[in-house]
Amino acid sequence: MPTLGSDMEDGTLVEWLKHPGDRVKHGDIIAVVDTEKGAIEIEVFEDGMLETIAVEPGEKVPVGTVLAIIRGSGAEKTTIEATPGRRPASIVAPPVLTSTTQPPLPAPPETARRLRASPLARRRASELGVDLGTVRGTGSQGTVTREDIERVAAQKAAAPQAPAEPHVRRDMRAAIAAAMTRSKKEIPHYYLSTAIDMSTAISWLRAQNEQRPITERLLAIALFVKALALALHEVPELNGHWIDGAFRQGAGVHVGCAIALRGGGLVAPAVHDADQKDLGTLMRQISDLVARARAGSLRSSELADPTITVTSLGDQGVDAAFGIIYPPQVALVGFGRISDRPWASEGKIEARPVVTATLAADHRASDGHRGGLLLAAIDRLLHAPQKL
Amino acid sequence: MTAEELKAVVLAVLKRVAPEIDEASVRPDVSLREQLDLDSMDFLNVMLALHKRLGVDIPEADYPKLMTVEGTVAYLASKKAVDSGAEG
Repeated sequence: MPTLGSDMEDGTLVEWLKHPGDRVKHGDIIAVVDTEKGAIEIEVFEDGMLETIAVEPGEKVPVGTVLAIIRGSGAEKTTIEATPGRRPASIVAPPVLTSTTQPPLPAPPETARRLRASPLARRRASELGVDLGTVRGTGSQGTVTREDIERVAAQKAAAPQAPAEPHVRRDMRAAIAAAMTRSKKEIPHYYLSTAIDMSTAISWLRAQNEQRPITERLLAIALFVKALALALHEVPELNGHWIDGAFRQGAGVHVGCAIALRGGGLVAPAVHDADQKDLGTLMRQISDLVARARAGSLRSSELADPTITVTSLGDQGVDAAFGIIYPPQVALVGFGRISDRPWASEGKIEARPVVTATLAADHRASDGHRGGLLLAAIDRLLHAPQKL
Repeated sequence: MTAEELKAVVLAVLKRVAPEIDEASVRPDVSLREQLDLDSMDFLNVMLALHKRLGVDIPEADYPKLMTVEGTVAYLASKKAVDSGAEG
């Protein structure tokens, strides 16, 4: 059972997508696991043959438990598990916060509470497909009546896909609470901000989008992610994890993109090797991540290994976002709204599109001077968008 | 396509991007981004889905005309009228 977040303790196997005897290769999705953070697709990191399955669907097991054994092409055995310190186990993850819009999870076990309902109500409930346990009775001593059943059935008909899943929402809230509390308790944050003149970037973006077909159009977020990824080459001590009292630099630049889920909640899956990708590819991947985050079909590697996180709250009209770092990451970069502001340049003041970039960083891993260099590098890179 | 049919397509697309909305309560003359809490990515996805379903190209410069259901339907109707000749 891989860890998909430093606060994750266990997970429930939902489904095997491969079976003993099947060939598997790096990147295949072999199982779906349900965690307090939502349903996650588990990938394999080796090529070989799935030999044994050790955990059956429905079983809830602690992190580190062997889920299956894969016999590698070279005949060595690999266990699908995750314990701190080895890959894929070494992937230490940001807290992954879950969605309310994902596919329905198995219903929570019904507690043995006694239901009072009239026989007529019970019959109507089964006719109308209403779960008696979800109905609040208005009869004497809370007895569920026929009218209650019909009222609930009518509400259901009016809202066929009510997305509210109270237990998921509660679990998600608890996961966010645990991760953010831990971050604020353990990480000595420092915060910096820089206002960046976006006029060059915006005109470049506009000209690009005129030429690009609708399916290839870019949003500013792609520029932000790429500029950040490249800037991290200059300040690598902000790209990685703080583990066991020491900083470990990320093997690549995997930028976690904070995605707000409709109906509440947050998830920050990674765009892998964002520094190596062109803007079109980045845009497609971010767009795909948003869609899958909201549909509840993220992959284990995306959730497990961001080396830094970016958050953009500009669409909500926020000027600047000072974030809380996702442990064990050491930095979070925020972008606010791009809006016209007075800008002084060469002795003149004019209106220019400006964005405020912020950095929240772990003072154990870096100092403000280095953090300032990161923001300065982002500023410089956004002034030459054609090179991104 | 009639305006009613276009409106149904627009609402269906919005429902896919924002599954929790109640189509019946979407007000035709109020900004979609404000009314439905759409961010720029959602908005782009709405444009993409309209393009896919209706084959209409929507230049970025025209986005301001598509801020409400009313505006979107009117825009799509005018585009379809122009395109229908070309498409036969």
